[in-house]
Amino acid sequence: MTTPLLKIDDLSVKFSTPDGTVSAVNGLSFDLDAGETLAIVGESGSGKTQLAFATLGLLARNGRAEGSVRFEGREILNLPEEKLNAIRAEKISMIFQDPMTSLNPFMRVGDQMAEVLQLHKGLSKRRALDESAKMLDAVRIPDAKSRLRMYPHEFSGGMRQRIMIAMSLLCKPKLLIADEPTTALDVTVQAQIMALMADIQRDFGAAIILITHDLGIVAGACERTLVMYGGRVMETGSTDEVFENPTHPYTLGLLKAVPRLDVPQRDLQIIPGDPPDLTALPPGCPFTARCPLAHEPCPKIMPKLETVTGTHLRACHADMEDVT
Amino acid sequence: MTAPVLEIDDLSVTFPVPKRGGWPWTKPDLLHAVSNATLSIAPGETLGLVGESGSGKSTLARAIVRTVPASGGTVTWKGQDLSKMPPDKARAHGRHVQMIFQDPLAALNPRMTVGQAVAEPYITHYPDTPKAEVRRRVQEMMEKVGLLPTLLNRYPHEFSGGQCQRIGIARALITEPELVVCDEPVSALDVSVQAQVVNLLSRLQREMGLSILFIAHDLSVVRHISTRIAVMYLGRVVELADAETLISAPRHHYTKALISSIPIPSPKAERARPRPILEGELPSPLSPPSGCVFRTRCPAAQPDCATRKLHLEEIGPGHTVACHYPLGSEALTRVKPEL
Repeated sequence: MTTPLLKIDDLSVKFSTPDGTVSAVNGLSFDLDAGETLAIVGESGSGKTQLAFATLGLLARNGRAEGSVRFEGREILNLPEEKLNAIRAEKISMIFQDPMTSLNPFMRVGDQMAEVLQLHKGLSKRRALDESAKMLDAVRIPDAKSRLRMYPHEFSGGMRQRIMIAMSLLCKPKLLIADEPTTALDVTVQAQIMALMADIQRDFGAAIILITHDLGIVAGACERTLVMYGGRVMETGSTDEVFENPTHPYTLGLLKAVPRLDVPQRDLQIIPGDPPDLTALPPGCPFTARCPLAHEPCPKIMPKLETVTGTHLRACHADMEDVT
Repeated sequence: MTAPVLEIDDLSVTFPVPKRGGWPWTKPDLLHAVSNATLSIAPGETLGLVGESGSGKSTLARAIVRTVPASGGTVTWKGQDLSKMPPDKARAHGRHVQMIFQDPLAALNPRMTVGQAVAEPYITHYPDTPKAEVRRRVQEMMEKVGLLPTLLNRYPHEFSGGQCQRIGIARALITEPELVVCDEPVSALDVSVQAQVVNLLSRLQREMGLSILFIAHDLSVVRHISTRIAVMYLGRVVELADAETLISAPRHHYTKALISSIPIPSPKAERARPRPILEGELPSPLSPPSGCVFRTRCPAAQPDCATRKLHLEEIGPGHTVACHYPLGSEALTRVKPEL
């Protein structure tokens, strides 16, 4: 068997805050193969972003990550900064949610992009700028050459996100982590960016982890889906399996709570209650307090991820037949 | 049909924008945030208003609650022109029209307890009410929106986003308004909480007989709660129809593009449907395209779209559209020769 591109094993991320320890990620494991697209779905506070930050060593100062993150078979969790820098951008790059705050407002777009290539590939400024222009072309920014001389504020939100994508692809990374790449954008622009991501995937063959709360864009974009809640995996499998045959009450609740345009719905089904308090998670399943099927073992024992069929796994004590 | 509670007729809102590099006395450019919008809201109805950012939907809402001045046209409340209302009457009128905002935490004063925040509009409009009576009303309202009245003395930061939005709703409804203007009330909330708030709004609407103007960029949420939907693009209302008709048989090319851009949370449905993607971005409202404002991105634009004057025209019962070449028109007018 080949080694997976990324193998995360029993990863935990904790933050020490004045209000107590916040457990953002709790014993999370999954694999990702080269060229695969994986969606990590969860609401705010599910730990999906901290999972990505821990992988790239970007945790805030008060954060601690434990467990194992192996990239191409090599342990990368908590590596010293210098070693991580060689991996970031070159092997793994990240696209952030807000394209305005992730670009330097004082630097011309071209200079910001060229810097990446000068630093990682040792290219001359001129060659780096040429490469950057080609990459802007690839993300369909018209008139790329002259755009290099512009500043971020001169671009619209959608264009800035294209620049971020172009920038993350400069070193041809093997893994692209996109954290809510379209949340700040309008739907028509979101559709453009998602189509672009699909083309990029085809042309560059990078594996993509798409972190999002939007079930809709997952359905159209990813082969595999992993549903997180309270820092744990609730359910994972191929996107078809998870969406067509959800086996976890949280996944099911989430799918029923989304208003859909294609089918008429009367009242939206709701998930009662509020997102969990990460400073006081129960030892068992974090979804217990909001779960319609919660019973005696749920708050005490965290259910193991068990196989439903093939690659489809779920972590739930409830009978499968009851999840409808 | 019953008389509408609110009528917006030919409403325009412009903002002066200083010219770049101009002198202080240089005449500013005019940004047309809303151009000639005509809408009406019937009692007990929910009118959905959708559009992307920059389409002018929030400005329209602000013009209705009169926090921005209209530069043309009229807003009429039950036959009374609001712009001609004397200031003291206008203030009293405020209790009939209330607003719910997008960011629930930012809309609440962090130094006021929840009880104070909910009571404030009531005390403003009914200053002579005894304290005990105010307290009773606040408690009643808190229960209505699904919050424990025992939480009255807590501060907003102690609540989650969904709970804060419930507080915002309680605050808006305590004066028993007839119209509530909701500006993106659920877009800052998580999916599971969003459904709670949408259902709460529908329930309160039924119980209190409210009219709602529901503004959002998410067409699927709007469709869910609205009786009729208006679509805005670059300050103009481009299509208006009852919710089901608008979704199932849109006539404006922009509405169709908007619908097809919304992802459906089902992999099968996503694969099965064509996804034509709207190219380009919203033009600058400082220099909108001539003629039809959508023509620069429209897949069916013709040369004369740039020159011909465009109005909202009735195209079906209660269905108006502003387009010279509306969708489906050829199919409707074409005579089938074989039959």
